[in-house]
Amino acid sequence: MMITKEMKEMAFTSPNEQGYYGKFGGAYIPEMLHRNVEELRLNYLNIMYEASFQKEFQQLLKDYVGRPTPLFLAERLSKTFNTQIYLKREDLNHTGAHKINNAIGQVLLAQRLGKKRIIAETGAGQHGVATATVCALKGIECVVYMGEKDIERQAPNVARMKMLGAKVVPATSGSKTLKDATNEAIRAWINDPLDTHYIIGSVVGPHPYPDMVARFQSVISEETRWQLKEKTGSELPTHVIACVGGGSNAAGAFYHFLEEKEVQLVAVEAAGHGISSGLSAATTQLGKPGVLHGSKSLVMQTEDGQVVEPHSISAGLDYPGIGPLHAHLFESGRGLFLSATDEEALDAAFELSKLEGIIPALESAHALSALKQIQFKESDVVVLCLSGRGDKDLATYMNELERRG
Amino acid sequence: MSRLEKLFQQKKERVLNVYCTAGFPELSSTLQVMQSLQANGADIIELGMPYSDPLADGPVIQESSGKALHNGMTIEVLFQQLQSLRPSIHIPVILMGYMNPVLQYGFEKFCADAAAVGVDGLILPDLPQYEFETEYGSIIKKFGLDFIFLVTPETSEERIKQLDELSTGFLYAVSSSSTTGKDKDFTAVEKYLQRLQSMQLKNPVLVGFGIKDKSTFEAACRHANGAIIGSAFIQAIEPSSDVVQTTKTFLEKILS
Repeated sequence: MMITKEMKEMAFTSPNEQGYYGKFGGAYIPEMLHRNVEELRLNYLNIMYEASFQKEFQQLLKDYVGRPTPLFLAERLSKTFNTQIYLKREDLNHTGAHKINNAIGQVLLAQRLGKKRIIAETGAGQHGVATATVCALKGIECVVYMGEKDIERQAPNVARMKMLGAKVVPATSGSKTLKDATNEAIRAWINDPLDTHYIIGSVVGPHPYPDMVARFQSVISEETRWQLKEKTGSELPTHVIACVGGGSNAAGAFYHFLEEKEVQLVAVEAAGHGISSGLSAATTQLGKPGVLHGSKSLVMQTEDGQVVEPHSISAGLDYPGIGPLHAHLFESGRGLFLSATDEEALDAAFELSKLEGIIPALESAHALSALKQIQFKESDVVVLCLSGRGDKDLATYMNELERRG
Repeated sequence: MSRLEKLFQQKKERVLNVYCTAGFPELSSTLQVMQSLQANGADIIELGMPYSDPLADGPVIQESSGKALHNGMTIEVLFQQLQSLRPSIHIPVILMGYMNPVLQYGFEKFCADAAAVGVDGLILPDLPQYEFETEYGSIIKKFGLDFIFLVTPETSEERIKQLDELSTGFLYAVSSSSTTGKDKDFTAVEKYLQRLQSMQLKNPVLVGFGIKDKSTFEAACRHANGAIIGSAFIQAIEPSSDVVQTTKTFLEKILS
C-alpha cells in the first residue's frame, strides 16, 4: 500500500494546511527561517510522490538499507506473555535503527531542492550516523550538531560519523544535550540559509517536518500490514507498541493504523528514575502545552515556561518534548501512553536477549517493557517496533550486568 | 498616540534602540540599566525576557539569558520590577521574548500586565503571522500594545508588505539572515535597506543584528530610521561592576 496525497485529508495521518494535528503543530519560527521552511512546505509532497523520487527512494530502501525488515514472530517472548508478539525488526536496517529511512528520504529531497550541504542534530548519535551515512553515499557535505555531553557519552557513534566524513560540531550552549544540539542546528540553518538543508531526525520541528518525517518512516507500518496479512491472514494487529522520545519510530509504526480505530496504539515514554523523581523524560505525564523547536506540543517546562532538561538512560528518548502528532494522539485518547523506568527498560533488554537472541537498543527496550503493563488475550496479535539494535548500548548493559552480579 | 508613534513623529533618523536582557547582569540591574540608557541617548529600550531556548539569538544573548534566569528572573518578577517603570522612564519600552514563557504566563494576562506597567510594544519572533492574525493579534491590540514583525533579506516583497501592514510602531529589519551577534558585510546590507526604503512602507524601519559600533550604526542609519544594538551592549556590560558608567561610555562612543 502506497501512501497517496489523498490520504492527507485524513485526521491523524495528516496535519491541516497550517501543520496542526488538533491543537498541536504549526510553525512557530522566527522570520529568518521562513523562506527555508516555506520552500519545504510548498514542495515536500510534490517531490516525495514524484515517480523518479519514489523509484530512487524505494530502490535504496531495498538494496542499501535492506528493506523490507522482517516481521518476526517471537515465540518464546509470546509464550512468556501468553499472546502472539511480532517484532518489526528495524534493528536490522543498515546503521542499526529506523533513522536511516528518514535520512535517505530527506537527502534525496534536499538534492531535488538543489541543496549542496546537509546539517543535522543528534542525541545518541543514531540519526547523526544515519545522516552521515547517506551523505557519504551521495557525496554531500554533512555537519552534525551534537551536545558536548552526548559527544562524551556516545564516543563510538562520534567515531562512526567522523569515519563517514561528517563534521561533528559540539553544542556548548545550555545543557549541552539534544535540545541544545537542535537549537544549534537551527541557528546554523539561519546563518546559512541558501544552499543548506536541515534534516530533523524526529517527528518534531516546524511544519512540514513532523508530517514529512512521519511519511518517510511510514514504510514501517506499510510493510507491517502486508507482512501480517501473509502470516495471519489479516492486515490488522490488535496492538502496535513503540517507544517515544520525539516519536519517529512510533509515528512510522502507527502511521497506516492511525485510522484503524480497532488497533490499539501504545506509545511508551521514558520514565527515567520514575515519573515524579525529577529525573524523567515522560513528556505526556509531565509536560504542558507549549512551544519548542518550532511547534506547539507538549513540553516539559518550569512554571514560568523555561524548558527543563529531561533524564533517561536512553539518549534517544532523552528529549523534553514530543511530536505534535503524538501530543494529539495523547490528548484525543487515540493512543495509550505508558512509560518505563530505566530499570524496567534494562530488565526488558536482558529478557529479550535471553529469550530471543536479540539485543535491543535501550530505546526499544522501553517498548518491550510495556508488555508487562498490558493484559493481553491469547488471541491478540501484538506488533512491537524494535526500533534499533543494542550495540551502541553495550557499555551500559555491561555496567548493569556487573552491578547486578 | 502611542509612545513609539510620537517618537517617530519627532525623530525620523538616527533612532537608537538598545536591547538589554532583563535581570542581567544582576537581577536588580534591570531598571538601573534602563535609566542609564535613557539618560545617555537611547530612544527606545528593548527589554529581553530571558528564555532557555532563544532560537533567534546568538550565544551572547543566550548566555545573558541563562545568567538572568540563574539570577531568578521570570516574567512575574519582571512585571514587579517594572511597577516603577513610569514615569521615571519616559521613552518607549518594548518587551522582546519567545512564545513559550508568554503562553505559560497566559497570553492575555501577559498583555494586560505589560500594558498596565506602561510597556509600549512586543517583539515575539516565534509568533507566526497566521497565529497572529487568527488568535493573538486581537489580544495584543485590545491592550493597546504595538507589535513589531521582523523582515530579512530573504523575505519576499509581498510578504514584507503584509508584515508591514500587520506591524505597528516600527518594522524590524534583520540585517541579514542570521542570529544575533554575528559580523556582517555591510555593503550587501545597504542594498537590502535601499530596497526597503524604496517600498514606501507604512512603518519606520529599524535595523538590527550586526550593529555593534559607531560605524555600523551610521551605516544602518543611512538607509533606515535607526538601528538596534543588542549583543555588543550585552558584551560591554557583562564584565562591568558599574553598569551605569559602562552604559554611558558605550552610548557615548556610538553617538559621538
